[in-house]
Amino acid sequence: MADDTMSHAAPENAVTDTRRTGRLALIAEFWAYFSENRGAVYGLSFFVFICLVAIFAGFIAPHAPDDQFRDALLKPPVFQAGGEWRFLLGTDAIGRDVLSRIIFGSRYSLFVGCVVVSVALVVGILVGLIAGFLGGWVDTLVMRVMDIILAFPSLLLALALVAILGPSLTNAMIAIAVVQQPHYVRLTRAAVLGEKHRDYVTAARVAGVRPLRLMFVTILPNCLAPLIVQAALSFSNAILDAAALGFLGMGAQPPTPEWGTMLAEAREFILRAWWVVTMPGLAILFTVLAINLMGDGLRDALDPKLKRS
Amino acid sequence: MLRFILVKIGLLIPTFIGVAVAAFGFVRLLPGDPVLLLAGEHGISPERHAELMHQYGFDQPIWLQFLEFLWHLLHGDLGVSIATKRPVIGEFMTLFPATLELSICAIIFAIALGIPAGILAATKRGSWVDQGVMGTALVGYSMPIFWWGLLLIILFSGILHWTPVSGRISLMYFFPHVTGFMLIDSLLSGQKGAFSSAVSHLILPTIVLGTIPLAVIARQTRSAMLEVLGEDYVRTARAKGLSPARVVAVHALRNALIPVVTTIGLQVGVLMAGAILTETIFSWPGVGKWMVDSIFRRDYPAVQGGLLLIAVIVMFVNLIVDLLYGLVNPRVRHGR
Repeated sequence: MADDTMSHAAPENAVTDTRRTGRLALIAEFWAYFSENRGAVYGLSFFVFICLVAIFAGFIAPHAPDDQFRDALLKPPVFQAGGEWRFLLGTDAIGRDVLSRIIFGSRYSLFVGCVVVSVALVVGILVGLIAGFLGGWVDTLVMRVMDIILAFPSLLLALALVAILGPSLTNAMIAIAVVQQPHYVRLTRAAVLGEKHRDYVTAARVAGVRPLRLMFVTILPNCLAPLIVQAALSFSNAILDAAALGFLGMGAQPPTPEWGTMLAEAREFILRAWWVVTMPGLAILFTVLAINLMGDGLRDALDPKLKRS
Repeated sequence: MLRFILVKIGLLIPTFIGVAVAAFGFVRLLPGDPVLLLAGEHGISPERHAELMHQYGFDQPIWLQFLEFLWHLLHGDLGVSIATKRPVIGEFMTLFPATLELSICAIIFAIALGIPAGILAATKRGSWVDQGVMGTALVGYSMPIFWWGLLLIILFSGILHWTPVSGRISLMYFFPHVTGFMLIDSLLSGQKGAFSSAVSHLILPTIVLGTIPLAVIARQTRSAMLEVLGEDYVRTARAKGLSPARVVAVHALRNALIPVVTTIGLQVGVLMAGAILTETIFSWPGVGKWMVDSIFRRDYPAVQGGLLLIAVIVMFVNLIVDLLYGLVNPRVRHGR
């Protein structure tokens, strides 16, 4: 053992160096595959744009999201007769600027996506690793619980959970994270089961690596590719579900400028003022589409099976 | 095969019990006193309150309530809806045909467009047709369907006046509901214009509910086709001099459809979730809208029974898909 550490100590620098260039090369290779997919690059650019909009909403938005202009109720967008330059995308029924509300709304949607994916990813990986690694009754129990969650249609389950917790954006995020859990658990578990009996894992085990290190350092990095793709998919699903809950009155509550909540408020005006309905929906669609395009690109870049063909 | 079926069914039993516990637990955790909520703004006398609590069994210990729930469940009794005072199971059964009719139309719409679109995209891989079809499919997949429904209402009902905004059939027509399927009942009634009224009410909800399954099926068909088209036996068929159409339709398609059929089966959950939104937008009197209303009304027995029945339907359809998959693919059947 002492001999072993000795031999490793000397060329320490050399090892880190090759590792660093190796990582750079990996990123470069990833980018080469990712950028081959033009849609993915467009998706990524739009996603970066939305992130910037969300961060700098206070500077970009022409008005505050809940400023009411009593002299300009249901003004059409600027390009339609009767529109004003003050309100590029028109105003809603109580004179709030639709564009400003959409700009501030981007914060909520991205926040929902980030929180849901982080929670679902961390908990899902933990539970999946434990189930796959331990096996036995723990595994059976975990998988049965996941089956139960999957037996309910996702939106119905989220709706019921929010009804219990009380309607709010936070509770909507918790509900969506719970609903998305089984996908991460199943993916992680399947990946762990696939890797567990590989030679490198056996070698690490024989070398005396402890179970925790075996789980997180040896096995986990090799299971990440499908999880990253799933994260992109569930980011867009989280945005859609949160908007749907807001639309049903079980998500963010008015006057929050959340996109789905805006749609719910606009519903009664659909035949009189098309823009109050169309614009927030377009924002949802474009954001979700951009993330899904990125997800497709990630899948192509990370899936070694598709790379060859 | 019998063994395979029995194993699959056996696996469902613990899930079913779990689902029953979950459905029961959900409603007990809902905040608010259901009796007070029922009474509304008028309030209720303490005696009447106690009487109602007793009548619905809310005053008993939780484990006793659960045992009672299970006992009734095994007898096909899911309790009585607080809002309508009718048995939950009967309520569900009267509304379910509306959801079923809508879902069947939506999935037919999705299959009829999705499979040809996927085949077309795969055979013309890399062309503008492929890019167009896959681009459209991704837009459909990303669609917030509640917004999509509103847009279609604006266009087809508001501007063009082609289709009605809500409901299943015009109020002008009245006929007995023999099957619960409006399309069939309106035909059976023989009334002039009834069938076309039912169809025009069904078109927009069908498109809205079918959009996401359509996108999923098109994408899955394309990738399954691409995989199969690269196989040796397809090359052999081509080398034999068979026409390209025959190679695609007879040799490739049959094998490509196996994963597609599984995908179609897995859309049941998607359809039920979509039905909640679609039925709310179009005031479609189905179980999706009923569930949303019941959750808002805090109708304990209705939410509990509805959750359970919907989960059982999803589980049952998934079981059928599993069995069909085992039937066409012996490797699954004899694995493990």
